[in-house]
Amino acid sequence: MTIAAGTMKAGEPVFYVVDEHDHPEGSSTMLGFWIYLMSDCLIFAILFAVYGVLGTKYAAGPAPKDLFDLSLVAVNTSFLLLSSLTYGFAMLSMQQNRVGAMQAWLVVTGLFGLAFLGIELTEFAHMIHEGATPQRSAFLSSFFTLVGTHGLHVTFGLVWLVTLMVQVKRFGLIEANRRRLVCLSMFWHFLDVIWIGVFTFVYLMGMLR
Amino acid sequence: MSSDVHAHADAHHSADDHAGTRQGQLIGFGLSVVLTAIPFLLVMNGSLDKQVTALIIMAFAAVQVVVHMIFFLHMNTKAEGGWTMMALIFTIIMVVIALSGSLWVMHHLTTNMMPVHEMGSTP
Amino acid sequence: MFDTANLTKLIFGRLTLESLPLHEPIIVGTFAMVALGGLALLGALTYFRLWGYLWKEWFTTVDHKRIGIMYMVLGIVMLLRGFADALMMRLQQAIAFNGSEGYLNSHHYDQVFTAHGVIMIFFVAMPLVTGLMNYVVPLQIGARDVSFPFLNNFSFWMTTAGAVLVMCSLFVGEFARTGWLAYPPLSNLSYSPDVGVDYYIWALQVAGVGTLLSGVNLICTIVKMRAPGMTMMKMPVFTWTSLCTNVLIVASFPVLTAVLALLSLDRYVGTNFFTNDFGGDPMMYVNLIWIWGHPEVYILILPAFGIFSEVTSTFSGKRLFGYTSMVYATVVITILSYLVWLHHFFTMGSGASVNSFFGITTMIISIPTGAKMFNWLFTMYRGRIRFELPMMWTVAFMLTFVIGGMTGVLLAVPPADFVLHNSLFLVAHFHNVIIGGVLFGLFAGIAYWFPKAFGFKLDPFWGKMSFWFWTVGFYFAFMPLYVLGLMGVTRRLRTFDDPSLQIWFIIAGIGAFMILLGIASFLIQIAVSVLRREQLVDTTGDPWDARTLEWATSSPPPAYNFAFTPVIHDNDAWWDMKRRGYVRPLTGFKAIHMPSNSGTGVILAGLSTTMAFGLIWYMWWMAAGSFAALLAVAIGHTFNYHRSFHIPADEVVSVERARTELLAAGAKS
Repeated sequence: MTIAAGTMKAGEPVFYVVDEHDHPEGSSTMLGFWIYLMSDCLIFAILFAVYGVLGTKYAAGPAPKDLFDLSLVAVNTSFLLLSSLTYGFAMLSMQQNRVGAMQAWLVVTGLFGLAFLGIELTEFAHMIHEGATPQRSAFLSSFFTLVGTHGLHVTFGLVWLVTLMVQVKRFGLIEANRRRLVCLSMFWHFLDVIWIGVFTFVYLMGMLR
Repeated sequence: MSSDVHAHADAHHSADDHAGTRQGQLIGFGLSVVLTAIPFLLVMNGSLDKQVTALIIMAFAAVQVVVHMIFFLHMNTKAEGGWTMMALIFTIIMVVIALSGSLWVMHHLTTNMMPVHEMGSTP
Repeated sequence: MFDTANLTKLIFGRLTLESLPLHEPIIVGTFAMVALGGLALLGALTYFRLWGYLWKEWFTTVDHKRIGIMYMVLGIVMLLRGFADALMMRLQQAIAFNGSEGYLNSHHYDQVFTAHGVIMIFFVAMPLVTGLMNYVVPLQIGARDVSFPFLNNFSFWMTTAGAVLVMCSLFVGEFARTGWLAYPPLSNLSYSPDVGVDYYIWALQVAGVGTLLSGVNLICTIVKMRAPGMTMMKMPVFTWTSLCTNVLIVASFPVLTAVLALLSLDRYVGTNFFTNDFGGDPMMYVNLIWIWGHPEVYILILPAFGIFSEVTSTFSGKRLFGYTSMVYATVVITILSYLVWLHHFFTMGSGASVNSFFGITTMIISIPTGAKMFNWLFTMYRGRIRFELPMMWTVAFMLTFVIGGMTGVLLAVPPADFVLHNSLFLVAHFHNVIIGGVLFGLFAGIAYWFPKAFGFKLDPFWGKMSFWFWTVGFYFAFMPLYVLGLMGVTRRLRTFDDPSLQIWFIIAGIGAFMILLGIASFLIQIAVSVLRREQLVDTTGDPWDARTLEWATSSPPPAYNFAFTPVIHDNDAWWDMKRRGYVRPLTGFKAIHMPSNSGTGVILAGLSTTMAFGLIWYMWWMAAGSFAALLAVAIGHTFNYHRSFHIPADEVVSVERARTELLAAGAKS
C-alpha cells in the first residue's frame, strides 16, 4: 500500500493514504465472534457459580449419587469429544477445498451432536420421571439449568450447522462461508470446553459427595 | 500502515489458520481421551481418598481445557495481533473472580447467618 | 372442551380489560397526552410524507453517525419519562406529612421509583453513552464505519425495543414494584404475581442483547479499524475510555442476562434459585446482580471521563496532562470495578473478613480516579482556558464529582455503611456521582460534538441557562438528601411521621423543579439552535480549534467520514496535522466501499418485542410464533451475501468539492 505517494518527500510528513484498497469484509469477524464466545463463557461461569453455591442444597430430596449414571455420562462425553474431532476433520477438508468430504464430516458431527442431545434428554426424562424435577430442590434447579443451557447451545449449534451446510451447497466454499464455518468450529469446540467443566464439576465431583 | 497490511492478510488466511493439521487434531483427541478417561475411572472405582480424587480430577480438567484450547481452538499468542489471547486471559480472570468470589461470599454468609439445623434439610 | 373463558385465556393470556389502569387518573391523563402527542406526530409525519425518508435514511441505516444520533434521541425522550417519575416522587415526599397520604397510592408510588431507576440507567444513561461512543469513536480513529454495521443497527433497535416494553407497562398492566434491581424474594412469583416484574425482566433482556452486541462491535472497531499509525498509546482518551467501557459491557452484561434468566425460571417454571424454600437463596441473586451492577456504573462513568479529557485539553489549548497515567488509570479502574461488588450489600452479613476485603478494594478505586482529577487540573493549569459550555460542564463536574467521590469513600467503610445502608445518604451519593459525573459529562459531550454532527453550534445563552439550572438545582435537590440520610431516613418511603423533616423534602422538591427548568432550557436550546442555525453555522468542521481526528473532516461528516484514510503521527492527530501544515487533498478521489442499509434489524427487534409481550402476558401462541419468526428471519438474513456497495468516485468528488467551496467561503467572511 502506498501512502500519499505523490507528495512523499524526504522529511515531509504524510497525513493520508492515497492508494487505498477496499477494506476486506469480515476482517473483524473472527475476533468479534471470539469476544462473543468469551461473553458466553461468563454466562456459564455464573451458572457454575450458582451450581457451586446451591448444588449442595438438596432440600431433603435426591442427591447426585441417587441420580447420576456415570457410564451414561461417559458415553455422552465421548460423543461430544468425537464430534469435536470430526468437526476438526471437516475443517481440514475445507482447507483442501474438498467440499464433499467436508459436508460428510459435518453430517457425522451433526449426528454425534444429535446423539449427545438424545442421551441428555433421556437422562433428563428419567430423572423427572423419578420425581427429581427442576422444581424439587435448588440443587436440581441449578443442575437442570447448567446442563440444559449447554444442551440448548448444542441445539443451536445443530441448527447453525444445517444452515451452513445448505449455504455451502448453494453458494460453494466462498470466503464468507469459510468464515462462518470457522466461527461455528470455534463455537463447537467451545461447547466441548464447557462440557469438560460440566462433567468434572457436576457429574464427577457430584458422585464424590 | 503495517497494521493495516496485517488486517488485509488476516482476512485471506485466517479462515485456513483455524484448521490446524490432521496430526494436531489426532494428538488433541488422544490427549483428551486420556484426560477424560482417567478421572472417570478414578471416580467410578472410588479407590482413592475423595479429597485426593477431587483434586486430581480438577487438575485433569484444567489440563484438558488447555489441550482443547491449543489443539482444537488453535489458540496462540499471535492470532489477531494477540487480541484473542488477551481476551481469553481477561475472561479467565473474570471467571475466577466471579466464581471464587461468589463461593467465598456465599460461604461466609451461610456460616454467619444460617441456623445450623436448617442447612440442606428444610423441605 | 372450549368455552369462551378458556378461549379468551388462550388468546389473551392474563391480559384482561382490568389490566388497563383506568382507575388511575394520573395514568389516564398521561395516556391521553401521550396518545394525542403521538397521533399528532404520526399525522405530521404522514402529512409531510416523511415515512419513506425516515425508513430509508434513518431506521434502516447502518451509518454509525445516524445510529449514534438515534441513540441520543432515544436517550433524551426517555430522560423526559424518567424525570417525570422523579418529579412525582419529589412532590409526593414533599407533601406526605402530618397524616397526609400524598397524591400517589403505594401501588403507584412503588412503580414510579422502580421505573425511575430502571429508565434512568438502562434507557437514558446507556443510550446516551452508547450514542456518543457510536458517533465519535469511528471518527476519532479514522474509520469509515464500525466493524459490524448491520449489527450496530440491530443493537440500536433492540435497545429501543426494551424502552418500548417499559413504556408499554405504563399503559398496559403495570411495572415492577420492587426497586430497580428487583431483589427476590419480593420479585418472586409469590410476592409479585402480576406482570410488573415480567415487564422488567423482558425489557432488560431484550435491551441487554443490544447492549452486549454493541459492546462487541465497538471493541472490534477500536481494535481492528484504527487508521494507520494510530498505535494503542496514540489513541484519543475518549477512544480509550470507550474501549474499556465496552470491555466492561461484554464482561458484565452476560452476568445480568444469566441472573435475570434464573429469576425468570423461578417465576415461569417454578425452580428454586432465589426462593425461600427448597434450598433456594435470595442472597445469591443479590450477589450475582451486583457482579454486573458495579461494573455497570463504571460503564457509565468511564466515557464521561473520556469526554472531560477531550474537553479539558481542547478548551485549555494544551495537550492532555499525563496521557499515559490517564490510560493506566482507566485500565486499573476497569479491572478493579470487578473486585468491589460486595460493598453494595455489606449489611448482608458475610462477616468481617469479606467486608474488609471489599471495603479496601473500594477505597483503592478512588486512587486512579483521583489521579484523573489531578490530570485534568494540571491540564488546565497555565492553559488558555475558554469557558465555553462544554468547559463549564467540566468544571462543574470536577467540583461536584469530588463531593460524590468523598461520600462514596465514606460509604465504603463497612461500619459506616451499616448506619447509612439504604438511607437517603446513599441515594444522594449515587445521584451525586451519576448526575455530577455521567450526566454533566453527557451534556458536555453533547455541547462539544453537536456542531460536528449537525454543522452548527448550540445556542450558548440557553445552554448556560440549562447549565445553571441543572447545577444549582442539583445541589438543592440532593444536599438535603445527605442531611436526611444522616438523620436516618431510609429510601423509597412514601409517607413520613416526623414533621421536622418536611422542610428538607421541600428544598429537595424545589431543586427538582429547578432541574425541570434545566431540562426545559436544554430542549429550548436545541430548538433555538435549529432556528438560528444560519448564525451558529460552522463551515470549518473544527469550531473549537480542537485536537483529535474527528475535527479533521467536515461538519456534518460525509457518509464515508474521510475521503482518504488519515495517517496518524501523534496523540492529538488533528492538532499535529494543523501544526505541521496539512493540506487537504483535492484530487485523486476513488470509489469508496460502504455497507448497505438493511431493514432486518427493525424486523428482528419488532419480533423480539412481540415475543417479550407474549411471554409477559402468558400469550404463549404469540411468544412461540414470534420466536419462530425471529429464527426464520435471522436465518434468512444470513442468505443475503451482498451487503455492501461502492460510493462512486464522482459522488466523492462532488461532496469534497462542496466542502472546498464551503471552506473557501468561510475563509473569506
